Amino acid sequence: MSHTNEQETLRVSKIKNGTVIDHIPAGRALAVLRLLGITGGEGHVITVTMNVKSGKLGKKDLVKVEDLELMAEQVNKLTLIAPTATINIIRNYEVVEKRAVKLPDRITGILRCTNPGCITRQPMEHVSSKFIVVSKTPLRLECEYCGRYLEEEEVLKQLTQ
Amino acid sequence: MWKFRDVISILDYTRDELEHLFSVTDRVLERPVDVGKPLEGNIVATAFIEPSTRTRLSFETAAKRLGAEIINLEPQLSSMTKGESLTDTLRMLDDYADLIVIRSPYEGSAKHAADICEHPVINGGDGTQHHPTQAMIDLYTIRKLKGRIDGLEVGVVGDLKYGRAAASFIYGLTKFNVRKIWLVSPEPLSPRPELMDRLRKMSVDIVKTENIEEAVENVDILYVTRIQKERFPDLAEYEKLRGSYVITRKLLSRAREGLKVLHPLPRVDELSNDVDDTPYQAYFVQAKLGVPVRMALIGLVLGVF
Ligand SMILES: Nc1ncnc2c1ncn2[C@@H]1O[C@H](COP(=O)(O)OP(=O)(O)OP(=O)(O)O)[C@@H](O)[C@H]1O
Ligand SMILES: [Mg+2]
Ligand SMILES: [Zn+2]
Repeated sequence: MSHTNEQETLRVSKIKNGTVIDHIPAGRALAVLRLLGITGGEGHVITVTMNVKSGKLGKKDLVKVEDLELMAEQVNKLTLIAPTATINIIRNYEVVEKRAVKLPDRITGILRCTNPGCITRQPMEHVSSKFIVVSKTPLRLECEYCGRYLEEEEVLKQLTQ
Repeated sequence: MWKFRDVISILDYTRDELEHLFSVTDRVLERPVDVGKPLEGNIVATAFIEPSTRTRLSFETAAKRLGAEIINLEPQLSSMTKGESLTDTLRMLDDYADLIVIRSPYEGSAKHAADICEHPVINGGDGTQHHPTQAMIDLYTIRKLKGRIDGLEVGVVGDLKYGRAAASFIYGLTKFNVRKIWLVSPEPLSPRPELMDRLRKMSVDIVKTENIEEAVENVDILYVTRIQKERFPDLAEYEKLRGSYVITRKLLSRAREGLKVLHPLPRVDELSNDVDDTPYQAYFVQAKLGVPVRMALIGLVLGVF
């Protein structure tokens, strides 16, 4: 809708090149940046907009990163906390590509298994966690090592707090 | 296919693959004691980070009967006491041996071992879910005593939450067409949601109950397990639950004719000694079959059968 577009562009000036992550559930923009491993230390101009009105979501967050085009493999893990997010690639002020995030089959190293006896929880062994997606809605992951389930609520807790 | 494949979970095997293992075991049993020494010149390493009697010794016996040499990691005497990681220890064993049998308290150690080792790894029990070779022995025992696994009603009693033998056995049963599985445990030891969820997806006919009498009256096989004291966070809780079910000769008087009682052993007080000299007793046979089944397994994995 051009109406909301205008409101948003009023709020933040247009960027020439980069990525706009739109339709992030309200309040999760910072968690999105953290999950992407973007700290600000990379030097890109980053604009975070939180709690703006959205037709689809009621309220939403947005993240704009200038001069960086995020690749599918990088953003797909966002499904864990922002399944509604859309990734807009901006070139010369125009949206040239729009993608929904897609849940990968495997999630490596981001989440922690809840089973303290799991090999991935033994600091000495240096084994990264690996989860397989068992169900998308509600989100349910399975530890590839110990078989313990990781439920959506726990995933959100780990990634947003 | 078995050759050079890691043995991590019974869930990884098809019914056909298990049947193949069973027929190789039959062949091993037909040629008592000496099946030749097909593994002469091979070295099998055992890395048991958790105590074991039967599993370790039967693996050793099986490997030796096939002509292989054995090296044992003794965790208490090894550099693990100086803080060396399991990962580094396994890398070393992988350099020395042709096959590694591992038991560890950490869940998923066997998969991790398989990921880092070039040589095949056999899971000798890890954590609370997987003990695939025990399940293979259990299934083989039933097939041998009953002539089939399909169509039977099977009761699994005891610690279904922490007991890996029970979990693996249940997973193993799902590879066959059993008529019904009775899961009998006190509520705090009932199976994990993960196990129940997997069973639901496999559409197995399951009855969950705390009523042991009813289960005993209905089943052809009663699989009894020990309450896993070592996995209880709280010992007072263990004391409350131990002895929840005691299988006695008297209880079994309600059983169907031909009922067989299995137990992966060791037992504590959940299975009374007065069952030992009844026709129900099948656990000593089961323990004895540990060697031929593991001989067949090692031979298949190392490609000589
Ligand atoms: N040059 C730009 N600089 C900054 N933000 C931009 C730029 N172009 C588009 N955007 C933002 O990117 C998002 C997607 O832009 P688009 O024009 O596709 O909006 P839309 O039609 O509302 O899309 P959708 O259907 O995904 O909501 C919007 O939030 C918009 O404000
Ligand atoms: Mg929009
Ligand atoms: Zn785990």
